[in-house]
Amino acid sequence: MSDILKMCKTVVSSLRKKTFCQMYPFQPAKFHTHTRGHIKLDAAKCILCTLCAKRCPTGALEVDRVKGYWQINRYKCIMCIECVHACPVKPVKALTTEQQYAPPMAKMENERFDVEIKKPAAAPKVAAADAP
Amino acid sequence: MFETQEIINIKKEELLPKVSSLLKDGQRLVQICCTKGSKLVVDYSFDKNYKFTNFRLELDLQGDTLPSITEVYFAAFTYENELHDLFGINVVGNKLDFGGKFYRIKETAPFNKPPCQEVKNA
Amino acid sequence: MPKRTVIPFGPHHPVLPEPIHLDLVLEDEKVVEAIPNIGFIHRGLELLCEKKPFQDMVLVAERICGICSLVHGIGFVNGVEKIMNLQVPERAELLRVFWSEMSRIHSHLLWLGLAADAIGFESLFMHSWRVRELVLDIFEETTGGRVIFDAIKVGGVKKNISKETLGRILKQLDKIEEEYKQIADVFVNDFTIAHRWSGVGVLTKEQAELLGAVGPCARASGINFDVRMIKYGGYDKISMEPIVETAGDCYARALVRVREVYQSLDQVRQAISKMPEGGEVEVKVTGFPTGEYFSRVEQPRGEVIYYVKGNGTKFLDRFRVRTPTFANVGPLVQMLAGCDLADVPAIVLAIDPCISCTER
Repeated sequence: MSDILKMCKTVVSSLRKKTFCQMYPFQPAKFHTHTRGHIKLDAAKCILCTLCAKRCPTGALEVDRVKGYWQINRYKCIMCIECVHACPVKPVKALTTEQQYAPPMAKMENERFDVEIKKPAAAPKVAAADAP
Repeated sequence: MFETQEIINIKKEELLPKVSSLLKDGQRLVQICCTKGSKLVVDYSFDKNYKFTNFRLELDLQGDTLPSITEVYFAAFTYENELHDLFGINVVGNKLDFGGKFYRIKETAPFNKPPCQEVKNA
Repeated sequence: MPKRTVIPFGPHHPVLPEPIHLDLVLEDEKVVEAIPNIGFIHRGLELLCEKKPFQDMVLVAERICGICSLVHGIGFVNGVEKIMNLQVPERAELLRVFWSEMSRIHSHLLWLGLAADAIGFESLFMHSWRVRELVLDIFEETTGGRVIFDAIKVGGVKKNISKETLGRILKQLDKIEEEYKQIADVFVNDFTIAHRWSGVGVLTKEQAELLGAVGPCARASGINFDVRMIKYGGYDKISMEPIVETAGDCYARALVRVREVYQSLDQVRQAISKMPEGGEVEVKVTGFPTGEYFSRVEQPRGEVIYYVKGNGTKFLDRFRVRTPTFANVGPLVQMLAGCDLADVPAIVLAIDPCISCTER
């Protein structure tokens, strides 16, 4: 008879403990330091170098230097974080990883961020007396 | 640490006698694999006591036949059906032949397509 | 002459984690033969090697399957490192062993839950998956992902684990083992489970050898074979013996998997204790792969073979995966002949079918 009642001890002890299930999304989710949620762009820091789009293995990113925008297809993004590693902006990168998952989308569309095209600083003029 | 592996080239006619002698030796059939290069290269892999041996034979790209080894190792029927469905190799004598319907795919021999021709602009 | 009927099993069935189709030929409730049919999730991933550079193929290899994703990555990377003659640092090898064995624990706990659900023992299914959540929390803490980790690359691993985190993980392993003991006790000693699974789907040792069974399915029939004994990539520092049972029925396969979880917990503790202090976790990769190699790795389901062939460019010539479920389809057809119709779900689950691995 005791063979059939092996499960009783676990069942009785779990009746006394609080529930293991977490009522997400009504309660906030618990994340860890390295959790990869979604990619976020800081448009003020982006210099439109297109290195992230070249490195992306699935082709989820599109960067246009002429029209001035950075666009991501959230469905193609596999969260490999290669774009974050490739971003050359110093001291703080323009691309960061957020821990919360991307918000749900009702339509399949790309998410576009407009980026201001920054002109490089003008080269200093050489004085006429110094020219050979 | 990597194990040493042997690759032995054989001819298509030697296949069945070789496989029968391997069964008497107690070797286990591990897999049958095909690679497409300038010819179709078919690899038969066997294992006994953690020693891995590989037997290799070559076929023409289109229209060649291959004798089945299901008489000796029945489990080869899955690999030979896969060879037929994905590469278009005609396997003769398969004991459980699905006739091309093992993989439910629309195209025939998708891994053995001829290279695309270049379209020249007029 | 009794009348024969044909009943389709799958592709949608509550017991199957992934779709497979079986045509069962029945004579009055006894199965006479079973004819398998696959191809529902064939994605043609092997051909992608001609379009993606070999370093990005690790991401493709990991996504062949969700349950055994890390070990696919390790098999591919092992093959490429052999043909490029790269020597991975010791700390990276032991980190790979750590993640592989945790992956084995999570996969076996998933199977134990599904097997309990298949016979109707739903509370045991929920408790198994509750213990599995503790293992997935360890993955999220160390790699950032719960199911697909993105932790492996050619030449090493992408993330290092600090000493404090390893100490915390050791304490969590004690907690996991304590919770797991209660569940394992039910699987080993409960009367209903033994009654339901004993004598069902018997595969003798001679049949298993002839049909090429691999993994726990073969070890439950008495074949002493575990690919980790060839001591690839880091396993030369871990001591282990394959776990073998002789009965050859579904109950023996369940017992092999229950005992392998205890063995994996022990191996994780060995890997953590033998990890060298400090040191690099990756080595620089230059050049392109040339040559060919068959890389063999032990997945939770058995022996998986990776054939990689390079031709000196950044695209590989051929990338071929032979997964353990593909090798176990032959033994499955043998096991189903002569069984009752009510036992078919239990037998199909006993080989641990991972069909997205089979069809790539």
